[in-house]
Amino acid sequence: MSEIIEQQTGSSMSARELRNYAIGGGVALLFLLAMIFGGNEFRQQVINGLSLGAIYALIALGYTMIYGVLRFINFAHGDVFMVGAFISFFAARAIEPAFVSDPTHVGDPGSAILVLIITMIGCGLLGVLIEFLAYRRLRNRPKLTVLITAIGISLFLEYTGQLPMVFGADPRTYPTLIESSQIAITAGLTIGTKDIIVFSVAVVLMYLLRVIVMHTKIGTAMRAVSMNMGAASLMGVNLNFIISFTFFVGSALAGAGAVLYAMTYPKIDPLMGIIPGLKAFVAAVLGGIGNIPGAALGGFIIGGVETMTVGYINPAYRDAIVFGILILILVLKPSGLLGKGGTEKV
Amino acid sequence: MKDTARSYIFLAIGLAVIVLLSFPVQTLDNYDRQIVIFIGINMILAASLNLINGFTGQFSLGHAGFMAIGAYASAAATKLVIPKMMEAAPEGFGQDGVFLVALLFGGLVAAIAGLAVGVPSLRLKGDYLAIVTLGFGEIIRVIFQNVKVLGGSLGLSGIPSYTTFNWVFIVVAVLVFITQNMMRSTYGKGFLAVRDDEVAAEAVGVNTTRYKVVAFIVGAFFAGVAGGLYAHFNGLIEPAGFGFLRSVEIVVIVILGGMGSTWGVLFAAAVLTYLPEWLREQDFQVGGMNIGDFRLPIYALVLVILMLTRPQGLFGDFSLKRSVQRFRTRRQEPSTTLEG
Repeated sequence: MSEIIEQQTGSSMSARELRNYAIGGGVALLFLLAMIFGGNEFRQQVINGLSLGAIYALIALGYTMIYGVLRFINFAHGDVFMVGAFISFFAARAIEPAFVSDPTHVGDPGSAILVLIITMIGCGLLGVLIEFLAYRRLRNRPKLTVLITAIGISLFLEYTGQLPMVFGADPRTYPTLIESSQIAITAGLTIGTKDIIVFSVAVVLMYLLRVIVMHTKIGTAMRAVSMNMGAASLMGVNLNFIISFTFFVGSALAGAGAVLYAMTYPKIDPLMGIIPGLKAFVAAVLGGIGNIPGAALGGFIIGGVETMTVGYINPAYRDAIVFGILILILVLKPSGLLGKGGTEKV
Repeated sequence: MKDTARSYIFLAIGLAVIVLLSFPVQTLDNYDRQIVIFIGINMILAASLNLINGFTGQFSLGHAGFMAIGAYASAAATKLVIPKMMEAAPEGFGQDGVFLVALLFGGLVAAIAGLAVGVPSLRLKGDYLAIVTLGFGEIIRVIFQNVKVLGGSLGLSGIPSYTTFNWVFIVVAVLVFITQNMMRSTYGKGFLAVRDDEVAAEAVGVNTTRYKVVAFIVGAFFAGVAGGLYAHFNGLIEPAGFGFLRSVEIVVIVILGGMGSTWGVLFAAAVLTYLPEWLREQDFQVGGMNIGDFRLPIYALVLVILMLTRPQGLFGDFSLKRSVQRFRTRRQEPSTTLEG
């Protein structure tokens, strides 16, 4: 997040900012060129990639925001995402009881929006609770302690979720929240309404996040905390509130990602958060952790790479290739595509 | 020299105790013997991870990956390679010899993997290293899932069951012996220096790169050996068994036992392996469920609470010798010594 401040305070475009726009624009151009010149099958993969990438971007934003203020990786983020899928599952059943009795029932768009809002609030509160109970007490402790705590919370959510009286270990079929149909664009190329909805909801939420971070008082405070926690505190920023708020927003985005993900892959189980969570983390690192536009960019790249792997290489390698990207980026350019390199201070 | 000599004596005593214990163990039924063997294997895994996580402070989440490499390499050796070579092998090269070679081979391949992971990981620390090792473990699993010769996702079955109580616990004893001696050598000091303050260690001329790589190689070697022992006990290995959660299980043992305390980790390995089995046999019902079913959420909760209250682990930094010394000095000259 600290990167954004530079952009705002600098009177003219810095070299880094120019570079970042170039990278972002380049990736967007690549997608566009692929859509124009690719064959139909390839275009289909690009569409799938954009839809999946939008979900990864939403989850990645949570990682990157929390890293931005607290400088640690919230390992439990993927599991907050999982809990979000279950919150929406039960919320949908409560709002439309027909989901319970009739598996083929198709929900009403109004209740889908309600489910999305409930899930976002529920996940946000879970994030705030986790921060309050665990991370707040560890703020000045060694990184390893915080990391282990995060892993512990992640395991706790997974294992508790697997208990029969909580969610149960067996996968559950997610209800059809909205009707999905295929719209033919040209001969042989269709686009699902679901993909359009997933993509637009994600983009709207990302835009809202940008507005919050860049144009509100609380967003200014968030950026200040991410730049220098001590100084921000001295300037009268309420640290605890800002950190809680950051957790709320980050986790709420994970909740939204969960609803969109479950709509696309309608099987949910307590371990479903691990792999999307890790991929979103890779996306955040790829874009430059702590950098909000970077997380979004990374999400789209990872989504694209994954669908291309499934389509053209071997579906079995979809996870391995993402981790391969992570290792490459960490070894070659640990600050990510849009991030700013820094030296470690003693 | 005195310490080194003593460690050889300890090793000899340890080996003698293991051989003596193997007789009562033979009378146990299959189920109990399995628990004992698994305790030993988990001890090897945890103590070897302790070298990386505990002593050197490099948080690795991919230990199951090294274990998988060792398991597959040694199983492939006994199942696919050695039988072909055995026709030409000299007389007297019996089952134990074959197994020893297979175990060493598995450990060696895992050590090479450890080198391959260790070198690029040197630029990373803390969270990033954890994620990269995790990613490495997952990549290994995916690769094994797709190698047809090794059974793909169904796994490799029909591995001869060579693993016995003696094999497992002799490896435990050797590992403890090597760890203890290593920690007394410059390597040990180097590991601790890297863990305690990497920047300061580098500033005084400690070759941190070398110590990190050595820790990874030795840790991976023993994880590979443990994998080999597991493969030749279970008879079946499948990629799904070496996933992320297996790595986490080993990490939990190391953290609960206390990072950097070999005895604490061995103890935690024994307790955490036996406890679930013991709980399963008990008939405590909570909310219609056996108490044993709650063990995993409880482990996770204990992990969090431990980090909040006692981050060095239950036995972290605990050493029997130092406690005895402290007790003695306290009696002799009260309140004048400064503990280091």
